[in-house]
Amino acid sequence: MSPEAVGAPMVSVELREVAFARSGDKGDTANVGVVALDPSLYQALARELTVARVKAHFRGVCTGNVERFELPRLNAINFLLHNSLGGGGTGSLMLDAQGKTLSTAMLRMRINIPRTVLESWRARSGTLAGTAAGAQQ
Amino acid sequence: MRVAAGQGFWGDWQEAPKLQVRSGQVDYLMLDYLAEITMSIMQKQRDRNPAAGYARDFVALMADLMPDLLERGVRVVSNAGGVNPLGCRAALARALARGPDLPRRPRVAVVAGDDLMPRLDQLLAHHELRHMETGQPLCSVRERVAAANVYLGAGPIVNALRDGADIVITGRSTDTALTYAPMIHEFGWADDDWDLLAAGVAAGHINECGAQASGGNSLAEWRSADLRLPGYPIIEAEPDGSFVVTKHPSLGGCVTRASVTEQLVYEMGDPAEYITPDVVADLTGLELHEAGQDRVKVTGARGRPAPDKLKVSIAWRDGFKAVGGLTYAWPDALDKARKADEILRWRLDYLGLAFDEIRTEYVGAGACHGPVAGAPPENLPEVTLRVGVRGPRRGDVSRFTREIAPLILAGPPSVTGFADGRPRVREVVAYWPALIDRGAVESDVTTETAVL
Repeated sequence: MSPEAVGAPMVSVELREVAFARSGDKGDTANVGVVALDPSLYQALARELTVARVKAHFRGVCTGNVERFELPRLNAINFLLHNSLGGGGTGSLMLDAQGKTLSTAMLRMRINIPRTVLESWRARSGTLAGTAAGAQQ
Repeated sequence: MRVAAGQGFWGDWQEAPKLQVRSGQVDYLMLDYLAEITMSIMQKQRDRNPAAGYARDFVALMADLMPDLLERGVRVVSNAGGVNPLGCRAALARALARGPDLPRRPRVAVVAGDDLMPRLDQLLAHHELRHMETGQPLCSVRERVAAANVYLGAGPIVNALRDGADIVITGRSTDTALTYAPMIHEFGWADDDWDLLAAGVAAGHINECGAQASGGNSLAEWRSADLRLPGYPIIEAEPDGSFVVTKHPSLGGCVTRASVTEQLVYEMGDPAEYITPDVVADLTGLELHEAGQDRVKVTGARGRPAPDKLKVSIAWRDGFKAVGGLTYAWPDALDKARKADEILRWRLDYLGLAFDEIRTEYVGAGACHGPVAGAPPENLPEVTLRVGVRGPRRGDVSRFTREIAPLILAGPPSVTGFADGRPRVREVVAYWPALIDRGAVESDVTTETAVL
């Protein structure tokens, strides 16, 4: 049976345990690229990281639309968070006017992932899951 | 053919380009100085001094590196010219005249014509230059426009390289072109080799932020990569559009699938539609393969025809701002900072000062992640109150900067952190991105080479 099958037992993890991310700015729009630590984790990420969930996660930070773009061959999903940087650029009064730290804000999200997927990755990687060191594998 | 990244922004590490040239073989050194807001800052400098408005760091760097560049045959492509590329070359000529003897005199090209200010009103008669985010037409702020530069593609850089330039200085060239123009030149790619040009764009995107592709600012690699003496990325390009991202083995940092992927998703919009003046690149098919220690092979970029319109970067004067702060210590650090903010805002109101925005952040208690971080823990050891104001009147913003220090004696206790004195009032030179038909501007682009 596929681990993704309906009813497969799920575990809840913080996104940072299974992904890394980088963020930046274009005007008042922040971009957050999320990258799965392993190809086997990508499908769960793609299912959990919906526009609606990301928008809700950034409530109070992102007041505009959220756009979502998949890069499956890079195991990555790119999000655009519009109206998130206090106007952006030189006029913004925010400490993080370039949205550089929104990457780790994203990684605070909790997602559900099939137990079998998580356990088989952790067994294969042989590293301390929950650290980004797994990305080197 | 190897294109080394040497600078990822204006203010990047000055040793990096020297190490790139002196630690192994490279053919080209690309130096990117221009972020979206950099043109605004350079414009402010040119307003104060008509000879300024370029990356001064670049001049000192080139003067230092020139003997190595000429001996090793490394050519430089850089957008260091900012809003004044001719001024940049003039400064380089002066610096070289003061410097040591060179094996030969360098040929230095300047790409000009990206500056639209001299004919902005003519252009506005036929083009609205609407703000790409807000849709507002530029005429609504015409009197406050300080600079307008069109993003140029690889063409003029390629012309300069064909002309034998050792150094190519541009203004607002698109960042990625600094890396792929040498590829077009070396491999003879045609204007409509869309997939090859798209591969060049992918290489340029990886190179344009310096060490961010080789272990810097990396959540995946920061614990393991030795960043004391980081090797900035080097693109080893092939005529078929495939390329390997690598670095000099003697330097630190790392080039892994993770480090390159992190840079690929940095400041990315729609990955199927990465627009440059030369090609619309589709990066969704990119594949990365580790091909040895610190070597990542990249394939799979696809391209579509270049756009009809070019992006214009406009800088306009949008009032004034200042940011100041004080640090409050345990116990009740956050409560004290909040109390100080309350008092400060009340006094600004009492003084009748008018601002478009007042923003308060509590550094140490969730300033970076805001509400996403949730409630801060109790009993923080210290919290920095950070208050910023922005408004149309310099006088009001200036008065705000005098209202921080009084809080030390006439505000909540256990406060410190004012040793640097009053915050500075800064004019906001804001960014206004717009589009323009390429036919309206391209005929004015020139490349001109001089022997310095």
